[in-house]
Amino acid sequence: MAMSTFEIVAREDFSDVTYLLEIRHPMMARAARAGQFVIVMAHEHGERIPLTIADFDRDKGTITLVIQAVGKTTKEMQQRCKVGAALHAVVGPMGIPSPVSGAKKVICVGGGLGVAPIFPQARAFKENGAYVIGVLGFRSKDLMFWTDKFNDCCDELIVCTDDGSSGIKGLVTEGIRRAIEKHPDVDECVAIGPTVMMRGCAEATRAHKIKTIVSLNPVMVDGTGMCGGCRVKVGGEVKFACVDGPDFDGHLVDFDDLISRLRRFATEEKAARERWSESCRMMTTPNLGALASQSSGPAAGGVSTELLELPDPYDEVRGG
Amino acid sequence: MAKKRTIRTIPQQRTPVREQEPAERVKNFSEVSRGYGQKDALVESERCLLCPDQPCVRGCPVGIDIPGFIEKIGQKDFHGAYDVIAATNLLPAVCGRVCPQESQCEGVCIVGQTLEPVAIGRLERFVGDRAIAEGWTSVPYIEHNDFRVGIVGSGPAGMACAADMAKAGCDVTVYEAFHQAGGVLKYGIPDFRLPNDVVDAEIRNLSKLGVKFECNTLVGRLFTIEQMVDEMGFQAVFIGTGAGYPAMLGIPGDSLNGVLSANELLTRCNLMRAKEFPNYDTPLSIGRRVAVVGAGNTAMDAMRVCLRLGAEKVYCIYRRSRAECPARSEEVHHAEEEGVEFHWLTNPVEILGDGKGNVRGMRCVRMELGEPDDSGRRRPVVVAGSEHEIDVDLVVFAIGTNANPIMGQTSKLKLDKRGYIDTDADLATSVAGVFAGGDIVTGAATVIEAMGAGRTAARSMKAYLGLRDAAATYVGDSAGGAGRCFGIDSRESNFVRVRVA
Repeated sequence: MAMSTFEIVAREDFSDVTYLLEIRHPMMARAARAGQFVIVMAHEHGERIPLTIADFDRDKGTITLVIQAVGKTTKEMQQRCKVGAALHAVVGPMGIPSPVSGAKKVICVGGGLGVAPIFPQARAFKENGAYVIGVLGFRSKDLMFWTDKFNDCCDELIVCTDDGSSGIKGLVTEGIRRAIEKHPDVDECVAIGPTVMMRGCAEATRAHKIKTIVSLNPVMVDGTGMCGGCRVKVGGEVKFACVDGPDFDGHLVDFDDLISRLRRFATEEKAARERWSESCRMMTTPNLGALASQSSGPAAGGVSTELLELPDPYDEVRGG
Repeated sequence: MAKKRTIRTIPQQRTPVREQEPAERVKNFSEVSRGYGQKDALVESERCLLCPDQPCVRGCPVGIDIPGFIEKIGQKDFHGAYDVIAATNLLPAVCGRVCPQESQCEGVCIVGQTLEPVAIGRLERFVGDRAIAEGWTSVPYIEHNDFRVGIVGSGPAGMACAADMAKAGCDVTVYEAFHQAGGVLKYGIPDFRLPNDVVDAEIRNLSKLGVKFECNTLVGRLFTIEQMVDEMGFQAVFIGTGAGYPAMLGIPGDSLNGVLSANELLTRCNLMRAKEFPNYDTPLSIGRRVAVVGAGNTAMDAMRVCLRLGAEKVYCIYRRSRAECPARSEEVHHAEEEGVEFHWLTNPVEILGDGKGNVRGMRCVRMELGEPDDSGRRRPVVVAGSEHEIDVDLVVFAIGTNANPIMGQTSKLKLDKRGYIDTDADLATSVAGVFAGGDIVTGAATVIEAMGAGRTAARSMKAYLGLRDAAATYVGDSAGGAGRCFGIDSRESNFVRVRVA
């Protein structure tokens, strides 16, 4: 059976947990549109995880993924995916491309990892002649990335950080509030980020009746509409995010249902993550690892415990 | 030659097949049926009357010469038997296992009017397994032409079409969205019924015919059907993507965690090997008590998978009675033996949550059968005051599928009212050179029906490309001369093989 290889041609680490992979796939680079995603398998025994296409370069024949190491798979990829290595499977581009509308004034909101997938949308709106206001949210200054790319395609850029270390102190919803205050004629908002953030954005625009598109990230297996694992409730109807989405009207999405469904494999995911972290410890520092597990509780491991306690699975953006 | 067989002279009892004991097999994923040994096959082959009428051949969706291969088994010419089957069916080891023989070949067997019918399926599997073990393939002389044929989907319809087009000399490429080829044979049917290495072996046979497989390719999105025809150089395209868009229960509570489609359950378990979690990364949590809604083959597979993954109780919830149950009778029998509890004439009305987003139970009503409906089956109606709760923590729905929307979203193909691809009787779609068959045309059906559709489409594609169809008989004009040009029957419309000297 013919099996293509999906070579990693570039990698960039934005922080301890966020990394970028550029993968050679000329055909996909040609086909990809803003808002679409891929399903990736890191290795033969891996799970299939959906990741939004953050960028594509038709000349170089590559697609770009930005990944946050939160689950077992994404942490493992962070360790294994060096330049020159290959992924076991990459399939896509999946989902309906974002309908980059003819809106004249648009707010493009990206939170955390959502900053990456909002980029091609902001660029597409700009190419369509829209006035683009970028609102980017990060935890702190050292987790920031791509602000230069956004500066190139946004007419205005509002950066929000949780701790105020850059831009305004506060959440992206504060950025949206300011943007609407300054531009009451905004006619569309596109938000990509953690589910709770997208809910916040939808609430922030609801009163202003500004059309708000969100990109949903439920659990998927095949990504082709076959399993129904990614079903979401939108306006009282059941939709499959993989083939009917992933973009939906944020004012119609049942976010409580989505957040509950994202916790579906929380127990298994946590166990897998812990088991994996444990095995890494054993491999890298066998003596220390053995000692640590004997002496005190799991909290005393060699790896920074902060890493193990990163967001709940639902808090991640298309990242394992 | 032995004297003529009659219903009195043949072995009266159907040769039993060795099976794993229920108590044992419910703990593993090895095949339930061990299949016939050579001795069993020889005895069972004696039971075929080799009747001239051959109703079994007509009962087979692909028209296998059944008496022909059984006769070869009787002569201990197993390779010959394989060649007879392979002339029409490239996947005997698969079909012997998963065809609903009781409603096809075995259902019309003459012997079956008096005794139990000849075990055609088991004999076919015996031949198929022997072929895999011995490494036999049936690669005919192939005269290559310049046509390129693209096949979308590597399930049974695609495989059957690919085989026929490769044999006709075309350069065939099969595209599959998953990372492994095989379609429903891989992701859907569990190992205890159809081991994945049997599927792989049959796929290798296709490769030997020159068929190329390209996995990780989502046609429609990576490139469109129109691009295949206009830009990628395919003269003909076959779409066999399957139905795949599970129908929802549509009752309160159906989005709770712990409610999933049989497709998802089976894909996680079979293709992604969640049964070997954490050695494989894909998770699948099985409840203690599982309710599976539906009673088709998919439902049976889902129930038996749950038992093997450690569920204590598995209930089958079906709104009609056993008589209407669409699963293969052998599967129902096996499920019963393994301890599945059948709740016939029961319909779920609500899935009950535990307040934390998980399932704690299901509210059902009892049904009784009323007047026949459109399908000819008696319509189930609710029994008043029959509401009751059952205690479950996982609900699996296997109530059929709707049309997958990807082809409709990405091409100009005409769809029917329900969203399936619209074709004519020859399986040609509204786009020239593009054919479709299997579940994406008919809605959910069986493996062998999909294969039959794949072969029908292949015949039409050959006609479309002007290739001689080896399976069709071209009768010369009885008047002679008139309808002929350079000795070729004009009705063949086939000048491909004519070479100018």
